[in-house]
Amino acid sequence: MVHREIEMLRVRANEIRKDIIRMLGRAGSGHPGGSLSAADIVAALYFKVLRIDPQNPRRPDRDRFILSKGHAAPVLYAALAQRGFFPREELDTLRRLGSRLQGHPDMKKLPGVEMSTGSLGQGLSVANGVALAGKLDGLDYRVYVLLGDGEIQEGQVWEAAMAAAHYKLDNLTAFLDHNRMQIDGPIEKVMSPEPVPDKWRAFGWDVQVIDGHDMAGILRALEKAGSVKGKPQMIVAETVKGKGVSFMENQVGWHGVAPKPGEVERALAELGDRGPVEGEG
Amino acid sequence: MAGKTATREAYGKALAELGKLNGRVVVLDADLSKSTKTADFAGVFPDRFFNMGIAEQNMIGTAAGLASAGKIPFASTFAVFAAGRAFEQIRNSVAYAGLNVKIAATHAGVTVGEDGGSHQSVEDIALMRSLPSMTVFVPADEAETFGAVRAAAEMEGPVYIRLGRAGVPPVHGDGFRFVPGKAVVLREGRDAAVIAAGIMVSAALEAASVLAGEGIECRVLSMHTVKPLDVEAVVAAARETGALVTAEEHSVIGGLGGAVCEAVCGNFPVPVKRVGLPDVFGESGKPEELLEKFGLTPSGIAAAVREAIKMKAGVKG
Ligand SMILES: Cc1ncc(C[n+]2csc(CCOP(=O)(O)OP(=O)(O)O)c2C)c(N)n1
Repeated sequence: MVHREIEMLRVRANEIRKDIIRMLGRAGSGHPGGSLSAADIVAALYFKVLRIDPQNPRRPDRDRFILSKGHAAPVLYAALAQRGFFPREELDTLRRLGSRLQGHPDMKKLPGVEMSTGSLGQGLSVANGVALAGKLDGLDYRVYVLLGDGEIQEGQVWEAAMAAAHYKLDNLTAFLDHNRMQIDGPIEKVMSPEPVPDKWRAFGWDVQVIDGHDMAGILRALEKAGSVKGKPQMIVAETVKGKGVSFMENQVGWHGVAPKPGEVERALAELGDRGPVEGEG
Repeated sequence: MAGKTATREAYGKALAELGKLNGRVVVLDADLSKSTKTADFAGVFPDRFFNMGIAEQNMIGTAAGLASAGKIPFASTFAVFAAGRAFEQIRNSVAYAGLNVKIAATHAGVTVGEDGGSHQSVEDIALMRSLPSMTVFVPADEAETFGAVRAAAEMEGPVYIRLGRAGVPPVHGDGFRFVPGKAVVLREGRDAAVIAAGIMVSAALEAASVLAGEGIECRVLSMHTVKPLDVEAVVAAARETGALVTAEEHSVIGGLGGAVCEAVCGNFPVPVKRVGLPDVFGESGKPEELLEKFGLTPSGIAAAVREAIKMKAGVKG
């Protein structure tokens, strides 16, 4: 049963990747690299872990996922649409005038979006606030947040890291999409945040390092994180920017450029042909 | 004159009272709770008070998260650090996100005194007023502060409350009721109108008494809500007096003066003289000395009224 479930989640991640490519192709602009690198994590959350109800997206006791690296909006939109928060056809409206699918997630417009993000470095603070409120209200929801490894160059992230540990927010799990790239190049060249796991540990977090494309590993890490008491948890996910589309993988140039029609076809053929994306490990 | 109370003192009391009435209210501070007076609330409701340390950006983001989960957070620090340091967090995580966060910023303006220009916010009204959906309250006394705090908690959406360090006398009588967005006419007059906010309201009333001695009848308005501005009251003052003076403990750029000019130029253009800091930073000194230096005084306001009336005559003539 577990094996079948993992297989189902891999297929789901692949479907999310295909939607990312399609919607970016139609929009003509947007961010494929960091959307694709996060697809397996997001698939695990939305199709296995999060306690959410698309019919009742504002239930007070729902789990929350905050996409702090808001430029990866397509991965969130694909998951929300496939999970039933809005019609999948609406993905075609990405970045168009009047669309609920803004270039970066807008919680005022689209059901299922827990926080308006896009300005990097702000999501963890918000996640802290939601986690604090859960503790105050005695609700057992969990808060998940996804950060970019370039994003953590922002000072606010470390203010928030300190505060989450200070307030013992064990209902908070963060993922770091450790794809080692940002806009201007490799993070180690632009401004190294390494060693990343040590830094989070030093800030008082429970830290795991996993292969961010290995579905079984992602699920194991989430389960382990859920049993940690008294500490927020960081799951450093080793990922590949552009994962799943050969010509985008590890290419800085695919951070914020949409695929052209021919490229869309090639990407979809790769994703379609290969079926579910296999884990690295 | 009745005793003076700083609006930050009133804020502390109002917040502690609000805490009893509304269990959704939570308070955040950034290591200044004794100065901002949120310590009053913390003393009564320790479980609903969060000291975030010297980390204003994270404080605002955390407040946004608390608001998204149904709390009514009041986040406090000095105005320079609230509106300044955390501006972009207020913009994106609060206002753009449409979240119900109340930012109560103390130590606004030059009456901070000896700490000097680094600590004297003279631009926060301009910054906060420029954000879509932000309500901006600048209370003049204890009663307006109580009203602003209560109104902020009752309304949905982001609110900025600007508070001061120095004591101010009451400007309202017993029957006063704070209505958000409604200016209060404190004194009638047809020769000119002074539109003031914060500590400058009591100064404006003094100026009006002095001017009355010269035969000049001056209307005085307390514009406790700088945004949304009571355009009706501003236009009525322009129409009925023909000469306006604004008075605020803030730069003449972008604050109440800017807001009033914007309102009259598109509706009923009349001369407007702005009393405020003339595009400079503050400096160390005693609060009274600084107010004197920058003309934020009854005589400074009176002089501006005389000039505005001359301009009105010039326009007519
Ligand atoms: C505060 C802020 N500064 C700059 C940007 C522009 N920007 C968008 S994405 C990005 C790089 C993000 O890198 P990373 O966090 O590693 O994300 P990923 O590589 O996973 O896409 C930058 C600088 C922004 N959105 N917000």
